[in-house]
Amino acid sequence: MDHDHQEVPSDPALRVMALESLLVEKGLVDPAALDELIDTYEHKVGPRNGARLVARAWIDREFKKRLLADAGSAAAEFGYVPHGKEHLVALENTPERHNLVVCTLCSCYPWPVLGLPPVWYKSAPYRSRAVIDPRGVLREFGLEISEDVEIRVWDSTSEMRYLVLPERPAGSEQMSEDELVALVTRDAMIGTAKVTLAGASR
Amino acid sequence: MNGVHDMGGMHGMGPVTPEANEPVFHEPWEGRVLALNRATAVLGKWNIDASRHSIERIRPADYLRMSYYEKWLAGLVTRLEESGLVTSAELQSGRPAPGATKAIPLLTAGEVAATTAERGWFERPVNTPPRFAVGQRVRAKKINPTGHTRLPRYARGNIGVVDRIHGAHVFPDSNAHFRGENPQPLYSVRFAARELWGEAAPPRDAVYIDLWEEYLEPT
Repeated sequence: MDHDHQEVPSDPALRVMALESLLVEKGLVDPAALDELIDTYEHKVGPRNGARLVARAWIDREFKKRLLADAGSAAAEFGYVPHGKEHLVALENTPERHNLVVCTLCSCYPWPVLGLPPVWYKSAPYRSRAVIDPRGVLREFGLEISEDVEIRVWDSTSEMRYLVLPERPAGSEQMSEDELVALVTRDAMIGTAKVTLAGASR
Repeated sequence: MNGVHDMGGMHGMGPVTPEANEPVFHEPWEGRVLALNRATAVLGKWNIDASRHSIERIRPADYLRMSYYEKWLAGLVTRLEESGLVTSAELQSGRPAPGATKAIPLLTAGEVAATTAERGWFERPVNTPPRFAVGQRVRAKKINPTGHTRLPRYARGNIGVVDRIHGAHVFPDSNAHFRGENPQPLYSVRFAARELWGEAAPPRDAVYIDLWEEYLEPT
């Protein structure tokens, strides 16, 4: 391959600006559509979608059954997937089983319910180690999983996407659905955290 | 291809370093790269598998050095050029070639909402039943394709158990090279951690990998 332009160590911001300008001039992209795409991923699609599914599953047994049977259709009930279906699987954590999601080959991640992935999820350390040393990785997130709990790591090698349904924390029995949504973190839905009453920034 | 992108099980990459309150984009150009990728995808000149393969072909040292969105930028430039949407002369000059006709963008602002969350649907109807059943032991083939594949190296040669069948899905190994969708059953296969990593691995732990029928053989 000969792509000299890729190897020039110039500022990516300048290269992107030049490429966008060329594509706009050629009529291949509409800058207003680019603005709207960015706004969508910055402000509209994010882990609040997934947190809503989790909270609803905690308080509605029938919804939980539907979520575990076909998470794509369950997400469609909330309008998170526009055409009513999505290749999405929900994985239930229990006292005996902890699920962890990774994509070792690239960065596959359930965008419609979690938004764009954080940098660490796409990083070489996470992608290389989640499958061979999940317990060590979880320790780096401050999570110690007991030896008698089975860890299931899900390598997202296909178009199937995986969402962890974390355990509902003790002490949350009286909380409303909206209060529960606020507790559910992105990391808990990837499997690198548990849900606690304190909530968290991630 | 046995590229550096196939990272499962590698050592030496260091600790995972989560960032508290991480922004969606760290720099405005990252958002532009994402948006350019989405907006050009609808032009229909490539598919998701070809996109992945364009990034896998980044030279290993560059792949490891580049940030995520730098890799996306490099892959996009490769695809624009290979598809003929943009010539290398245009990339060098930053201007459309003299006399080039101007296209009309396929994705306009009003249509973004309807297309962004939609990744596409990759399951296809097929006439043949799955070769393997849930609960059956299967072996991931020991193969080393030089093109695109979604069979990770760490799984090859190892035995697992079919956990579920996702239906028949577009086969990345052919689709990435525009050789057809070749849809075939996609299985979630459970591999014991000890099968993959040896006796030092915790006895209960397992890795689930989505694998297409052509990647598998009976044991």
